Amino acid sequence: MVLVSLSAFAFLFSELVQYNQTQVDNISELERRLEDAGYAVGARVLELLCHREKGNRKETRLLGILSFVHSTVWKVLFGKLTLEKGTEHEDEYMSSEKELLVNRFISIPKDMGTFNCGAFVAGIVRGVLDGAGFPAVVTAHFVPMDGQQRPRTTILIKFAEEVLRREARLGCDYFTDLVKAIIATAVDVKYKFLL
Amino acid sequence: MDTNDSLRVASLWHSMHAISQQLSPTVGCSGIELLEADTFDLHCFQSLTGTKFFVVCEPGTQHMEVLLTVIYELYTDYVLKNPFYEMEMPIRCELFDINLTQAIQKDRVALLGR
Repeated sequence: MVLVSLSAFAFLFSELVQYNQTQVDNISELERRLEDAGYAVGARVLELLCHREKGNRKETRLLGILSFVHSTVWKVLFGKLTLEKGTEHEDEYMSSEKELLVNRFISIPKDMGTFNCGAFVAGIVRGVLDGAGFPAVVTAHFVPMDGQQRPRTTILIKFAEEVLRREARLGCDYFTDLVKAIIATAVDVKYKFLL
Repeated sequence: MDTNDSLRVASLWHSMHAISQQLSPTVGCSGIELLEADTFDLHCFQSLTGTKFFVVCEPGTQHMEVLLTVIYELYTDYVLKNPFYEMEMPIRCELFDINLTQAIQKDRVALLGR
């Protein structure tokens, strides 16, 4: 395994942010650009890791892909694991980090409000999920904690409708539902076949 | 001391440092490192690029050079790697301030401990 200098990466990332700042007029545009940059990384990371770590096996279940992202991807990219948390909504999943690696040396000026350079990491996650067939909206948020000076960062994953519907179809009983799913997708999503 | 005063002191020091480097009788002099006065001491650290860090302290305070190298390291980490910092502007980086106060607190504890 080759180790890269953290400082080198920090300077490179800083330059990426600065370059994008010159190209845009407002903050949400900057956030979108960082996310797009991350998306490209995520798509490539998925291909690489599927081949390298998982022996070309494809994830089809939601929990499977989530655990893949939160353990394998995080371990390879950042060298550690992240804390997973569920939420109230069925289609939303969160992971919490004390501090994202990309944000380690960055202090956001007060006038930039809620902007988070973790949008890059959110883009990586979105790229991985999209490539694996789980379209989602991924965002990074600062969550202030009591008693701590620096806020924690949360990555929020909100899956698209079709993912939830597919997941419901795949359901709990594997075989019958698998057959149902094969038949259902061939015809139309709305009809359920009783076996 | 507010921002304007700091800027005034800094520009004064910058010119004095440059003049002293020219006037120095020793060969290969890189400028003033220590200024001792009645009521204060001024320690100065110059990086390879010519950026100067100086600290004003009570007369006779020890280990200021070590503190200056620590501050230089904090500068390279939290200021130069921050994409929102513009060069030559006053430093307004939260992480730099937090770590700077921490470093000085640690130093103060170490000094009082002896």
